[in-house]
Amino acid sequence: MKLNKKQKKWLARIVTAAVLFVVLEILVHMGAFDGNKWWIGFLFALVPYLIVGYDVILKSIRNISRGDVFDENFLMMIATFGAFGIREYPEAVAVMLLYQIGELFQNYATGKSRDSISDLMSIAPETAFVERDGEIEEVDPDEVEAGEIIVIRPGERIPLDGEVTEGESLIDTSALTGEPVPRRAACGDMVISGCVNGQGTLKVRTTKAYEDSTVARILEMVETATEKKTRVENFVTRFAHVYTPIVTIGAVVLALIPPIILGGGAQVWISWIRRACIFLVVSCPCALVISVPLGFFGGIGAASRIGVLVKGSNYLEALAHVNTVVFDKTGTLTRGEFRVSRISPAGDDSKEAQDRLLELAACAEYYSTHPIAESIRTAYGCPIEASRIGNAEEIAGHGILASADGHEILAGNAKLMQSRGISAQEPQTGGTVVHIACDGKYEGIIVISDTVKDGATQAVRDMKAAGVRKCVMLTGDRRESAMEVASQIGIDEVHAQLLPGDKVDQIEKLMQSESGSGKLAFVGDGINDAPVLMRSDVGIAMGSLGSDAAIEAADIVLMDDDITKIAQTVKIARKTIGIIHANIIFAIAVKIIILVLSVFGIANMWMAIFGDVGVLVLCILNAMRLLRRNG
Amino acid sequence: MKKKYKLNEIDCANCAMKLEEAVSEIDGVKSAKVNYMMQKLTFEADEDRIDEVEKAVLGICKKMEPDMEVAPL
Repeated sequence: MKLNKKQKKWLARIVTAAVLFVVLEILVHMGAFDGNKWWIGFLFALVPYLIVGYDVILKSIRNISRGDVFDENFLMMIATFGAFGIREYPEAVAVMLLYQIGELFQNYATGKSRDSISDLMSIAPETAFVERDGEIEEVDPDEVEAGEIIVIRPGERIPLDGEVTEGESLIDTSALTGEPVPRRAACGDMVISGCVNGQGTLKVRTTKAYEDSTVARILEMVETATEKKTRVENFVTRFAHVYTPIVTIGAVVLALIPPIILGGGAQVWISWIRRACIFLVVSCPCALVISVPLGFFGGIGAASRIGVLVKGSNYLEALAHVNTVVFDKTGTLTRGEFRVSRISPAGDDSKEAQDRLLELAACAEYYSTHPIAESIRTAYGCPIEASRIGNAEEIAGHGILASADGHEILAGNAKLMQSRGISAQEPQTGGTVVHIACDGKYEGIIVISDTVKDGATQAVRDMKAAGVRKCVMLTGDRRESAMEVASQIGIDEVHAQLLPGDKVDQIEKLMQSESGSGKLAFVGDGINDAPVLMRSDVGIAMGSLGSDAAIEAADIVLMDDDITKIAQTVKIARKTIGIIHANIIFAIAVKIIILVLSVFGIANMWMAIFGDVGVLVLCILNAMRLLRRNG
Repeated sequence: MKKKYKLNEIDCANCAMKLEEAVSEIDGVKSAKVNYMMQKLTFEADEDRIDEVEKAVLGICKKMEPDMEVAPL
């Protein structure tokens, strides 16, 4: 436990007063102040009381002088003065003492949680080394303009986004992405501010000024994330607005009305005033008020540790209520790159026959720049000598006719085969089928399809386990290929062959069918689905480190490509909301119970103190659990 | 335009909430936010009135939280 100077002084006052309080308590029990010696007890109590509580009294007097009466300092002053008034000196000291212990703890706890946040913020670069007129100057990152050359030495934090012009290094992106494996950066690669340079020195041409750089934008977002008003917060604000006045008025009523009605002497008055004091002590809504931002900060902090940037408390709140998760297919669930997924020779299915079929296809597609041709050549792997290929002719909408090694090769769809009088069967598959024929003889098919990302299946399973009821996939792709991916991953509902505009309509339909407070999250790669990201309750963009459009449009940004983190974030969100709700219910319940008990004269001042600072401390501890959790 | 301040030693979450309300009510302030966790005050006002509004904001801070240090960011 590390205290700052102010906290140390505070603690010293508390300890001194506590020692004196114990002495006082012993003396009281020994009957030292009985009878007409009460004023000695009063003076003896006044010393620790003032040591520990002078600032409370000063503040409260200052507040009264400017017309703001009902703050907690005032309440503590009244409550303790009340105790003095009924000659309960140890109680007066104890109340102030406990109050200050609670305050100190609150101060420490919030400072501590703020430090944890600052740790997350340690991605901010302090200086940049910029090359100007052949000399290297150390400047504030703010002063570097876009287009200047900066030098990043080994181990330094990259201050601005830019493109590497010289050098090569491994970049540690873990502060931003949670990803432990460093990324390679060489000439021509983009580097992102906030990452740490590895062993090589880099020269980078900045592409953005500091304030537009990734690091500055992320910091800005995390800092302001808790400022977005959430439903819980609105509730707490409204509650706090009515709670304190009601309890304060209740205290006045309690102190005046029963003694007047019941009559009786000083003892009756004292008893009711004491109950009123208890009202005042528990009237501060601080435990409630602090629970909300502290909880959300914890949740957002926990998410950012795993490389997930949550742009506002409200999105974390919405994510906790997510029933439906909608995925974009290409680039999100699949890699978005085409690969040869099946090689089926017409005759025997041996390895040699497969290799031969692939070679034929690669020769035919030698000159083609079509993505399918590229994936076939990639699958073949070996370089092909240009001399082997004769002429190649592209038959629009059908495929290719090429000659290689003196053979005539056809590569294309079934229509191409039929037009040449070769019978070809259309297999059941979601991918793109390339039929191959050589010298008029049907040789077989090669299927090219988009591949499912590692972890996509796991991600969907985890989400279901985290309480997501329905996983939906949207795609502009053909129905068959969509269904194939969906069944592989475990998607519940597929909407295929959608035009970009249809996706928004589809999201709206799904949102309407959402029952009650259930929310819908959309997950996309952030490149071309900005309207959908904005329209959904929670827009999640992935793999968007450095992509401005995605960071702008999305509510939650996965800094790397790992969609399994969505389920983790949902869990964090649920836990956050759970803790916040628990705190609110706990704080309100304790306060109300104490209020009720004190009306009947059962509650004492100790309980009241617990209802104020005790509850506050427990709420802070509860919220801090989120920050302590790693990942 | 927006102005930001670092607040040091703002007492409690409830005080931050009250301060935010008070600053929001100042004539000329379009929006105001007191972030208790970050200990930051942000307010927005018209460019041509900013000096006058800033003075009023700082005045409110001094009045409501005399022990609080306010430093521009």
